[in-house]
Amino acid sequence: MALATDVPKESFRLSMLIYDTRFRSITIQVVVLLLFLLLVGWLVDNTVQNLAAKDKDISFGFLWQRAGYDIEQQLIPYTNDSTHGRATIIGLLNTLAVAALGCVFATVIGVFAGVLRLSNNWIVGRLMTVYVEIFRNVPLLLWIILIFVVTSETQPAPSDFKVTAAMIEARAALAGAGTVAESAGLLDRITGIYVFSMPFFLWLVIGIGLVVASWQFAATRLAASGTTRALIPAAAAVVWIGLALTLFNDGLTRATETLAAQGTVQTEPANQKMLFDSTALTNRGAYVPAPILDRPLGGTEIATIPVNYSVLATLAVIALSVFANLALLRRARAIQEETGNRPTTWWQSLAILFLPTIALLWAMGFHLDIPAFATDEAGVSKGFNFQGGILVQHSFTALVVALSLYTGAFIAEIVRSGIMAISRGQSEAAFALGLRPGRTMNLIILPQALRVIIPPLISQYLNLTKNTSLGIAVSYLDLKGTLGGISLNQTGRELECMLLMMLIYLIISLLISSVMNVFNAAVKLKER
Amino acid sequence: MKKSALFGALAATTMIVGAATAGTLDDVKARGELICGSNTGLTGFGMPDANGTWVGFDVALCRAVAAAVLGDPTKVKFVPTTGETRFTALASGEVDLLVRNSTWTYSRDNDLKLDFVAVNYYDGQGFMVKKDLGVSSAKELDGATVCIQTGTTTELNLADFFKFNNISYTPVTVQDDSEAQRQYLAGACDTYTTDASGLAAARATMADPENHIILPEIISKEPLGPVVRHGDNQWGDIVRWTFNALLIAEEKGITKANIEEVASTTTDPEIRRMLGLEGDYGKMMGLDNGAFKAAIMAGGNYGEIFEANIGSATPIGLARGLNALWTQGGLQYAAPFR
Ligand SMILES: N[C@@H](CCC(=O)N[C@@H](CS)C(=O)NCC(=O)O)C(=O)O
Repeated sequence: MALATDVPKESFRLSMLIYDTRFRSITIQVVVLLLFLLLVGWLVDNTVQNLAAKDKDISFGFLWQRAGYDIEQQLIPYTNDSTHGRATIIGLLNTLAVAALGCVFATVIGVFAGVLRLSNNWIVGRLMTVYVEIFRNVPLLLWIILIFVVTSETQPAPSDFKVTAAMIEARAALAGAGTVAESAGLLDRITGIYVFSMPFFLWLVIGIGLVVASWQFAATRLAASGTTRALIPAAAAVVWIGLALTLFNDGLTRATETLAAQGTVQTEPANQKMLFDSTALTNRGAYVPAPILDRPLGGTEIATIPVNYSVLATLAVIALSVFANLALLRRARAIQEETGNRPTTWWQSLAILFLPTIALLWAMGFHLDIPAFATDEAGVSKGFNFQGGILVQHSFTALVVALSLYTGAFIAEIVRSGIMAISRGQSEAAFALGLRPGRTMNLIILPQALRVIIPPLISQYLNLTKNTSLGIAVSYLDLKGTLGGISLNQTGRELECMLLMMLIYLIISLLISSVMNVFNAAVKLKER
Repeated sequence: MKKSALFGALAATTMIVGAATAGTLDDVKARGELICGSNTGLTGFGMPDANGTWVGFDVALCRAVAAAVLGDPTKVKFVPTTGETRFTALASGEVDLLVRNSTWTYSRDNDLKLDFVAVNYYDGQGFMVKKDLGVSSAKELDGATVCIQTGTTTELNLADFFKFNNISYTPVTVQDDSEAQRQYLAGACDTYTTDASGLAAARATMADPENHIILPEIISKEPLGPVVRHGDNQWGDIVRWTFNALLIAEEKGITKANIEEVASTTTDPEIRRMLGLEGDYGKMMGLDNGAFKAAIMAGGNYGEIFEANIGSATPIGLARGLNALWTQGGLQYAAPFR
């Protein structure tokens, strides 16, 4: 019994640091730590010495100096008189804008593609497989450049939207001759469609896909007679053709070429704005309407960053509406549990969600500022560019689209694996209870799959955010383009810029992963 | 595994740092090759020809330096750099010498810690527009979209010019000249602005040069020249005096064709010193005495290099203008070889 305690107490010997397992692990850790500190010290010392040898010091003073260069996309005001620090913030905001939009789109695309890839519908399933494989296996950089070149090279220059003096004269001449130009009839629209063009080809492919997919849907899901089955794809086809003749018509027709071929005088610019004359796609970017308030609520500046009360108020109202709506739904559920009848809430929901925001926007005098060329009295367009509206750069669009599609393909795989990780019994049980496939997915499978999905999803978000720095390939002025590009180059502060940039990316990444970890903890299996 | 990678990286850093601080001349001699930072491709100034050999006005200066230091103008490796990468490439020791349409400015001298050792082309910034735009002066460009290379002086001048004239513009930033030309030709910008020489070179390569005009305003001074790292004075002197030798050669009528003849007959003491026939002038710099003769033989004198690459007989068709010798009303003036 007393054997164990009777062991004579050994005095400490130095060799025990190596041979005694109780101390060995500590010894190793201390040695590694010392080596690591030495290494860091040597690196810092080396850096300082080499900087001194080049007569340079480390100073972040340049952040307060005048930047002197212009940035095309600014989310908060900036001029070339602003400081390098401000240019850094502009770049950071541009990075965050791409990252945020990219994460949202990638998630939506990824969830859809992941779920649809498991679809029983053969065509839809295969289409998703093709999408995932294409985007996963081609480098992101190529996608960004491809999308940029396609979006910028295929669009007309803004000058093609201008009304020239010659056109005005031609119009006057036509009016004088009594032949008032009529708006194009149905036949003109059909004959005007330029068949050998990329837009038409895309339109055709999507149309065929739509018809086939809806035919499949009708055949598998509806236990209806043959005529109804044929009606659905026919309806899809009619809608699609109707769209071509109305909304898409400007994109599909080449008015000038046909006119020139017929030898008619030109009375209208070669290109027209689309979407009810509000948006112009040009090779410089997309000019879209800008939201304008006649009676804004004003704003203030916090540390030179403008804070817009109108935006804050709108966001607050939207948040309140959402909360109110949640309360409404909770009440409906309570009533349902008590009485078995769920009160109709859809119109109340709609009213709560939209009316307050609309009322606020109306009170502030909300309207859209539509991009248009300035004109003189005769109606001849002046200037080089559209005035008003917002110019969405192609570099921005290309970056967001490429990042969303690329990351979306990875997220699709994560979602698919998450769904497949849920045992078949779950969906069989749900079916046995009489739940339809859609509800089974939404209520039973996805909530459980989320637990498997979220951890790898975090790393996809981090990847996407860091990949925004590839915007350099299309000259998108993000953090890498401003701080790590022009500012670095104009001031020669390579070390400082790089350190600052690493720090900022690190902070963004840590923020994303901590937010996602909180979310993960919220949906995690709660063990009682 | 991780550790070995770390130590590899460390070793690499020390090597790069080592290269940057030691005497560039010794490094070049030991390597047997000069590494010269050049354009990514600008016709007439620096660009690989059909056989992949680099040719051009700036390239010729690199070749002259290689001839002076190594005795062979072909022992040069050209590293293409963009407006943004060029100074980092030089400061980090990736290139020994940078000859890339680079403007000598105060902050590049002081902030970037570089030395501009000569001016091989006196230039200024201009604007190019399509003829059918109907613009005849840069001041009419209010509201225009402008293609501009990042990391350049031209980017800063542009902002100043528009502000000074109280007009506005939308920038389209691009990384290099070829991207700028693509955007400009596609109409993504109304005008392309850079050094006037660069515009002339760009126009020369376009399919329809007659449809593009260079506006009369020159909005800045752009003295372009070879750059070395600050602090390596010997290397800086070698580049400076190689360039001076090319100027003196033109001044004295020494050409690639007649240099041997001049060398054997001349009695002019300055020429004799420069060609290494008298004194130990090459040795003073750590070179051979025949170094400057070799430099002139590489591509001829300054005038010959100018005419062959960018002069009036070439598609670029630049006049000597400010770059004529001082004896002909220009600014090119070399200190005496004494
Ligand atoms: N001189 C200006 C501009 C230099 C510059 O970028 N020049 C253009 C056109 S003259 C160029 O060399 N482009 C060729 C290339 O991008 O490789 C500077 O030093 O900042």
